[in-house]
Amino acid sequence: MNREQLLVAFMTIFRKECIRIFRIWPQTILPSLVTSVLYFLIFGKFLSEKIGLIGDYSYIQFVIPGLVMLGVITSSYMNTAFQFFTQKFFMRSIDELLVSPMPPWVIIAGFVSGGIARGIMVGLGTLLIALLFATPVIKHFWVVFIFIFLTSMASSLAGLVNGVYAKKIDGINIVPTFVITPLVYLGGVFYSISILPPIWQTLSKINPVFYIVDGLRYGFLGVSDVSIGISISVLFVISGIFMGINWYLIRTGLGLKQ
Amino acid sequence: MSLALSIKDLKKTYKSGTVALQGVDLEVKEGGFYALLGPNGAGKTTIIGTIVGLVNKTSGSVKVFGIDIDKDHDKAKTFIGIVPQEININIFENCLDIVVNQAGYYGIPRRAAIPRAEEVLEALGLFEKRNQPSQNLSGGMKRRLMIARALIHQPKFLILDEPTAGVDVELRRGMWEYLRSINKNGVTILLTTHYLEEAEQLCERASIINKGEIVAEGSIKDLVLGHPSGKLEEVFLELTRK
Repeated sequence: MNREQLLVAFMTIFRKECIRIFRIWPQTILPSLVTSVLYFLIFGKFLSEKIGLIGDYSYIQFVIPGLVMLGVITSSYMNTAFQFFTQKFFMRSIDELLVSPMPPWVIIAGFVSGGIARGIMVGLGTLLIALLFATPVIKHFWVVFIFIFLTSMASSLAGLVNGVYAKKIDGINIVPTFVITPLVYLGGVFYSISILPPIWQTLSKINPVFYIVDGLRYGFLGVSDVSIGISISVLFVISGIFMGINWYLIRTGLGLKQ
Repeated sequence: MSLALSIKDLKKTYKSGTVALQGVDLEVKEGGFYALLGPNGAGKTTIIGTIVGLVNKTSGSVKVFGIDIDKDHDKAKTFIGIVPQEININIFENCLDIVVNQAGYYGIPRRAAIPRAEEVLEALGLFEKRNQPSQNLSGGMKRRLMIARALIHQPKFLILDEPTAGVDVELRRGMWEYLRSINKNGVTILLTTHYLEEAEQLCERASIINKGEIVAEGSIKDLVLGHPSGKLEEVFLELTRK
C-alpha cells in the first residue's frame, strides 16, 4: 500500500470509531461525566470547605486536574480494550482488518486515535462540568493539552494490548478494576504526595499515573511535585512500550490468529 | 496459464496438538473455478485461513499469484477477497458502510468506494437494503452482503468458505449465477461447500481433503467418471470414509 492508501485505511478506522463514539454517547461519554459530577459534588463542594486551601488554591481547584485525568485515562483505556475485544470475540469483524493488506501499525493507529478522541471529549466535558463548581485556573494551556493528548494515547495503547490479548470478557474487566483504578486513586488525584510520609512518597513515584496527574496539575496550577520533563518522558516511555507490545501481538497474531 | 494459488507441503499443528494439515499440495489455475471438498474438520478452513492470514502455518509454502506469503503477505492479500464460513459483519453498521469501510481497509477512498459498493450491492440484490443496519437482514442476505464486501476491492482471487450454507434453493441459484458471471470476467474462485451439487454445477476442478490430506484431485468430470457409480457424492463418501 502506498502512503495515500495507508492514510485512507487509517481514516476508515478512525472515522468508524468516531461515529460509534457519537452514536452511543450515553455509553461512551455520559458515564464518565456523571462520575465527574459526583466527585466534584463530594470532594469539591461538600469537603472543599472543610479541607481549606492547598497552597494558593481551593481544594476543588486542586482536584480538577486529577478528575480530568481520571476520566481521560479510564475512557481511553476502555475504548480500545472493549472495542477491539468486541470486534474480535463477539462479531469476529476484526478478521476483516487482518485479511486486508493494512500493516499492523495502521490498525494500531486507527484504534488508538479513536481512544484519543474519546479521551479528549471526556476531558473537555469534565472541564466544562468543573465550571459549574469553580473557576478552573489554567496557567499553561499547551501543557494541559499535551498532557491530555499524551495520556489518552498511552491509555489507549494500554487498553489495546488488553483488547488484543484478552481471551474472555473477564480479561477486559480485570485489568481496569484491579490495576488501573488503584493506580489512578493512588496517583495523587485527590492529594499532593508532599503530604504523605516519606515511604509513601517513594512508593507513589513508582506509579506512572502520579507523573501524569502531576504534569497536568502543573499545566493547570503551575505547581508540581516533580519536573514536567520527567512526567512527559514517563508518558513517552509508557506509550513506546505499549506500542511495541501491540505491534508484536498484531504482527505475530498472538491472541488473534490460530 | 499461470497459477493463482500454489500450496506446497502445507502443514499445520494447532497448539492443542491437533494436526489439521499433514502436507497439503494444491494448485489453482488463474481464472479457474475450483472446489475444495471435505467433511467437517478435514482442514478446508485451515487452508483458507492460512492463505488469507488468519492461521499461522507450521511449515510449507503458499504463493498467491506467485507471491510467497512468507515474503510479502500484505501484497498477496491485495489479490484476495474472502467470504468466511461464519457471518462476521458488524451488526450495528448499515450495509453500505460495511462494504465502503472494507474498501477503506484496502486504501480505496470513500468517494470511489460508494458508487462501486452500490453497484455490487445492486448486483447482489441488496441495493434496497443499503441504508439498513445489517442486523435487519435475513441469513441469506447477510451471506450476500459478505460476498459484496469481499468483492469491493475487485480481487483477482475470491475465496468462498461455504457461502451458501443456510441459503434457500432459489437464492442459492441466484448466487451461483452471479459467481459464474464474475468467474467469466476473470476472477479465480476457490470454493468450499458441503453441497456437492454446487461443486458439480460451478467448478471445473476439485480436491477432496480428508483428515488434513488431499485424497483426490482432478477435474470433476474425471473424478466422477473414474467411479462405478458415476456420482460425485459416492466418490466423496468412499474417499472420506477411509
